Amino acid sequence: MVPEDAQIIKGRSLWQDARRRLFHNKAAVVSMILLGTIVILAIFAPYLSPWAYDDPDWGYDFPGPPNFELHHWFGTDGNGRDLFVRTLFGARVSLLVGILATFVSLLIGVTYGATAGYLGGRTDNIMMRIVDVLYSLPFMFFVILLMVFFGRNIFLIFIALGAVQWLTMARIVRGQTISIKKKEFIEAAHAVGVSNWKIIFRHIIPNVLGPVIVYMTLTIPQVILTESFLSFLGLGIQEPLTSWGVLISEGAKQMESSPWLLIFPAVFLAITLFCFNFIGDGLRDALDPKDR
Amino acid sequence: MQKTLRCKLFQFRPLLFSALFFTLFFSQSALAGGDLRIASMGEPASLDPHKVSGTWESAVVGEMFVGLTAENIKAEPIPGVAESWTISEDGKTYTFKLRKSNWSDGTPFTANDFVYSMRRILLPETAAEYASLLYIIKGAEAVNTGKAKPETLAVKALDDLTLEIQLTGPAPYFLELLTHYTAYPVPRHVLEKYGKLWTKPGNMVVNGPYTLVDWVPNTNIKLTKNQEFWDAADVSIDNLTFYTQEDRTAVQKRFRAGEIDIALDFSSDQINWLRKNLPKETRIAPYMGVYYYPINTTKKPFTDLRVRKALAMAINREAIVDKVLKTGEIAAYSFVPPGMANYDKGAEVDWKDIPYPERIKQAKALLKEAGFGPDHPLEFTLRYNTSENHKRIAVAVASMWKQIGVKAELFNSEVKVHYADLKQGDFQVARAAWVADYNDAQNFLYLLETRTGANNYGRYSNANFDKLMLEAEGTADLKKRSELMRQAEAQAMADLPIIPIYHYVSKSLVSQKVKGFIDNPKNVHRCRYITLQ
Amino acid sequence: MLAYTLRRIGSAIPTLLFIITIAFFMMRLAPGGPFDRERQLPPEIEANILRAYNLDKPVYEQYFDYLINIMHGDFGPSYKYLDFTVTDLITTGFPVSLRLGMSAILLAIFVGVFAGTIAALKQNSVFDYMVMGTAMTGIAIPNFVMAPLLALIFGVYLSWLPVAGWGGGAIAYQVMPIITLALPQIAYVARLTRGSMVETMNSNFIRTARAKGLNERIVVIRHALKGGLLPVISYLGPATAEIITGSVVIEAIFDIPGIGRYFVNGALNRDYPVVMGVVIFFALLIITLNLVVDLIYGFLDPRVKVE
Repeated sequence: MVPEDAQIIKGRSLWQDARRRLFHNKAAVVSMILLGTIVILAIFAPYLSPWAYDDPDWGYDFPGPPNFELHHWFGTDGNGRDLFVRTLFGARVSLLVGILATFVSLLIGVTYGATAGYLGGRTDNIMMRIVDVLYSLPFMFFVILLMVFFGRNIFLIFIALGAVQWLTMARIVRGQTISIKKKEFIEAAHAVGVSNWKIIFRHIIPNVLGPVIVYMTLTIPQVILTESFLSFLGLGIQEPLTSWGVLISEGAKQMESSPWLLIFPAVFLAITLFCFNFIGDGLRDALDPKDR
Repeated sequence: MQKTLRCKLFQFRPLLFSALFFTLFFSQSALAGGDLRIASMGEPASLDPHKVSGTWESAVVGEMFVGLTAENIKAEPIPGVAESWTISEDGKTYTFKLRKSNWSDGTPFTANDFVYSMRRILLPETAAEYASLLYIIKGAEAVNTGKAKPETLAVKALDDLTLEIQLTGPAPYFLELLTHYTAYPVPRHVLEKYGKLWTKPGNMVVNGPYTLVDWVPNTNIKLTKNQEFWDAADVSIDNLTFYTQEDRTAVQKRFRAGEIDIALDFSSDQINWLRKNLPKETRIAPYMGVYYYPINTTKKPFTDLRVRKALAMAINREAIVDKVLKTGEIAAYSFVPPGMANYDKGAEVDWKDIPYPERIKQAKALLKEAGFGPDHPLEFTLRYNTSENHKRIAVAVASMWKQIGVKAELFNSEVKVHYADLKQGDFQVARAAWVADYNDAQNFLYLLETRTGANNYGRYSNANFDKLMLEAEGTADLKKRSELMRQAEAQAMADLPIIPIYHYVSKSLVSQKVKGFIDNPKNVHRCRYITLQ
Repeated sequence: MLAYTLRRIGSAIPTLLFIITIAFFMMRLAPGGPFDRERQLPPEIEANILRAYNLDKPVYEQYFDYLINIMHGDFGPSYKYLDFTVTDLITTGFPVSLRLGMSAILLAIFVGVFAGTIAALKQNSVFDYMVMGTAMTGIAIPNFVMAPLLALIFGVYLSWLPVAGWGGGAIAYQVMPIITLALPQIAYVARLTRGSMVETMNSNFIRTARAKGLNERIVVIRHALKGGLLPVISYLGPATAEIITGSVVIEAIFDIPGIGRYFVNGALNRDYPVVMGVVIFFALLIITLNLVVDLIYGFLDPRVKVE
């Protein structure tokens, strides 16, 4: 096996390699462009339409179908508010919730899982028992009570969702770590006296990144969907702010009578989820060090 | 002879054939029979009439029990277990002559069953949530609060079929109140045998048109005709199924697929679609209820009448009714809904006829007087409990208030938190509603009395109002009583401790084959009058 | 293995106690009580009710009373379904949830693993994109959109299936709920399978197997699938629990008497005994499922020893 220094050099070129391969993946590139567009739209939402996100248009129908003369490109919602602007404001909230919560779960989950899996034995046992205990605590109950107890707070949603999602992440990483740690190069690193932490961060984590990224691309949409589930239960974000979840759960009730209420936010949501998916796939394929 | 075929995929030819045969054969002879499937508005908390507290429960329980008086097809009081009655001169003593009837297990029904039942609901151990409705009966409050023995209650069996009830004051609504589920009799002999399990299928014994067959929590309740019911010969429908699903959109689909014959309540965002596609099935009728925003009159700046008045004036009720709700609700300028019994004409706010733009101007001026303006805007939180309609109304109202420079932050919480906070007075302006228990203006106006306590959310307290209401309570002359209550309402509408927004309508989907479902302000539809075609 | 299993079961008791304690006090800390509602109760009546349910005692006393009661198997009455005990509700609701949940998870495994494997074998082909794209719609459409959509199409427009209801458990009533429950899980399983299969197919032991000249089908089924399924197995524990208890949306829309609604409604209604009962039941379920998953994991991956 190569000495430690050589491994680092090789690691660098791996990432460059990965970037090159990622940009060769058409689906991933298209997804990145689409997702970027949605993000830009969301940021500049207020400047794109003459309508505000919280003001009813008393002169138009409640809800009204798309009308280009009035610049209601997506129509209006049940309160006569412009759906285009609201969909983009919803994008801000949904994306923020999805990404931040996933980031929280990633940070905790990967460190925790890799540590447990690598150290093994008693430590692993205790650490995973803690995860089991937390796992057995029904998460919806946890979130609902948190929402009730602290009132509606968007940051609370991040924390609550992130704090729950890391459990699965930790288990997956642990499982992978256990498989990996018995491989020769880890044993070799161990033999030459590299410290445990160094091995975890330099060798284990990069090598479990494939499944972690796959899981991450599942987590972002999952968090966005969980937020929408909370909205369905009426525990979502406070008016007049909105999220895709709120818009879709409202629209779903009127899918037949006022389809635009559902279609526009749902299309945005679906595109976003698809994009995360393809980007995740692209990253996975690009990062896989064995696939050459 | 309508056979219920829920699912076309699994249709059974011979069954269909025989159904067709029966239909042909019997269609001329009688319309009697059939199964009626009703989507009620939620799962009952109990089938024990003393433990329930909602209209959705009344829909089920009211099919199984009949009180001294009952509802007719239009939900007006008619003789129930009582065949006839006499009322003393002062209006305080009622003597009921009961008809000969049996419980569904064949046990004869006696006046003592009523004595037992009324004592039971008032006993503190029963923990009946709605017991206070019977406080008009002499001694009821003392029994319910544990200050007196149940024997002191002024409900007496003079003989097996004669019952005497004494009231604390003349209550013109008393005969109607007796149709309420709190006044239903429960079978002593069954309760003593089964205890808490008496409402289980197989155990339950009733005195109404239908008995319990099956109850799957959160799914359905099945009832079948009670052959012991005294008027069983006139009851047409054989079996009733109540579906307790709450999701109104799903219920509407079930109705369209023919799985449900009567769907009580639909969501108002469906109205355009319904008017277009199911115009004959869509029923909308005035309903005895008011949707209002109580203002916390103990908190600054809402202690200032000018602030309350400005907020009340700036709401364009017609816009809310016509654009947001669209289901024929009535814009409310008074607290008591129009058309209440024993009440000639409610007192409306005096600025009702001022055109809206002018009202906005006046509202702005009032706020300015009260010390609020562009540099020092009025800011507060508008609370509502989670529901699509409450949200839409709050959003609309907030945007109307924005015009007069008021910043209202919307805050929605789930129903338990909302009402817990309202009870504690922990709100500024909030959403509330009241649906009458009986058809009388007093049932609305008492909410604003000082002694009412928690249900007077905004803690309105006005000596003149209280005095007028107290005087009305002791007045037997209906005209005079009505006038006193009108004066009280006028006082409240000048003080505006609450902002009335709209008066309710009941909304139902009724299949065209259902006959005998008559729209009425109580939205009570007893199935003994319904037939299927 | 037996000793391990026994030890895990033994350690479940402190876990449960911990969960009971957390859930109990979190529930009590939440604002609003079971008897707060639109019509406020007169103070005397409220006092009567609180006394009738022992809610007038200090919380810690209620906690110890509760612990003693559940040790006797008494989970108390429901505050919302007054005529039923918590045990009644769980024993009638769980078989329904279990039946739906197991059907959905089996459907998800079969379809998901199949689609994921094929996609992995034809990585980056049109077929791969098609399978994964279709699978993704399962994730991209929330179940509260999918359920009414299916009901509208197959129940109202086509009249093939009943719109809602349980019908005593007739199959026609289960079709749409099962599909709606399974769809997102199919997508997750397919993606996980694809991800790990791609990895496994590139690993050394598969190369060795190929080098030995083994038939590709045997390589996939005998060797690759076993390794490739590990993350899927990891995922199944929580997925099953989620499906069985988290089906509140499906239950509400299809009007199914399962256990999921008690959980969310219980929390929203402050129906303390129901929430506690469901939490305990749920925790037991997850503990069991996790143990099963770990045992399967150890069985499938010889590198992991259950110690």
